Amino acid sequence: MRHAQTCPLRGRAIYERAMRRLSAAGARLLLSALLALATALPLAAAAADAVPTAQDPVAASRAVKLSEKLRCLVCQNQSIAESNAELALDLRRQIHEQIAAGKSDEQIVDYMVARYGDFVLYQPPVKATTVLLWAGPALLMLLGFFILARTLRARRRLAAEPPLSAAEHERAARLLAGDAGKEDS
Amino acid sequence: MKKRLIPLAIFVVLVGFLLVGLGLNPREVPSPLIDKPAPQFTLAQLHEPAKMLGTADLKGQVWLLNVWASWCVSCREEHPLLVELSRAKIVPIVGLNYKDEPQAGKGWLRQFGDPYSVSVIDRDGRVGIDFGVYGVPETFVIDKQGTIRYKQIGPVTAEALEKKILPLVRELQAASANVPAPRARS
Repeated sequence: MRHAQTCPLRGRAIYERAMRRLSAAGARLLLSALLALATALPLAAAAADAVPTAQDPVAASRAVKLSEKLRCLVCQNQSIAESNAELALDLRRQIHEQIAAGKSDEQIVDYMVARYGDFVLYQPPVKATTVLLWAGPALLMLLGFFILARTLRARRRLAAEPPLSAAEHERAARLLAGDAGKEDS
Repeated sequence: MKKRLIPLAIFVVLVGFLLVGLGLNPREVPSPLIDKPAPQFTLAQLHEPAKMLGTADLKGQVWLLNVWASWCVSCREEHPLLVELSRAKIVPIVGLNYKDEPQAGKGWLRQFGDPYSVSVIDRDGRVGIDFGVYGVPETFVIDKQGTIRYKQIGPVTAEALEKKILPLVRELQAASANVPAPRARS
């Protein structure tokens, strides 16, 4: 629990917000009741979250698509669409508001990148610092082809080696017989 | 013989990468705001909500912006250090009371001490977003021109304070001739 960077499960954020309001009052009993209630609340929370663009299905789907492209900085393996961290809630609200204000998707993404860096993008832009990231797989494949070609050539050379001479045949036969003899005894 | 060493070499390189990876903290996302002007804000003060404080009021001096909240557990970890720093009157610390109840915030300061020259209320976390805050506490060092020079993600530690923040603050304070005296809240 370093920082306030926890990844809440559904309902947890509601509990934490309630906790914040009540912590001064110290109403512990009420809190545990709330905790129980909070586990039953996720549907209500999802509904409340969807209100701003609910009237406009196009805007709503834009908001969802955008928030799926953006990474939540608190729960780093979740997108802003999936995460229930407070920050993700706030950023979803930002997206809704900016769509309502007529901003383009690009402007909204730029807004996020200006504040949180390329890290918020699941698909990082091609830059001097990310060239290796983008070209890496292709380079690895080229390396693979190179090794494959070399191996195949080496194998062909092996196949092309001259057959055994008569003396070598004899030695091989002797060795084989000797081995067999040992095995038998 | 050389060929046999290749897998070993690959293994050593891999271990090297993994070792470096162990030392990295994926939670610390470098801020794109470093060396950029601090986002403008005008917010009500925690102790005198009728009074506003804005970025413009702080121009001309080096200051710290500390993002805190009464609900933030690790803020308590860094708090004694901040109180000590404010007593030394080296640099004014502005508190951004992030997504907090003003009453709870004030109570928290009464309980643990108030290191802030001023605290401002960021009730819905919008200014926090402008500053790219994603975990509380966070601390920014802002220079006389209003440029963000450093960001501490997570609690300020004694080490970070001595090795990074204070040297930087002194350097920035020395940057211009007319150094305004650091003020603490009267």
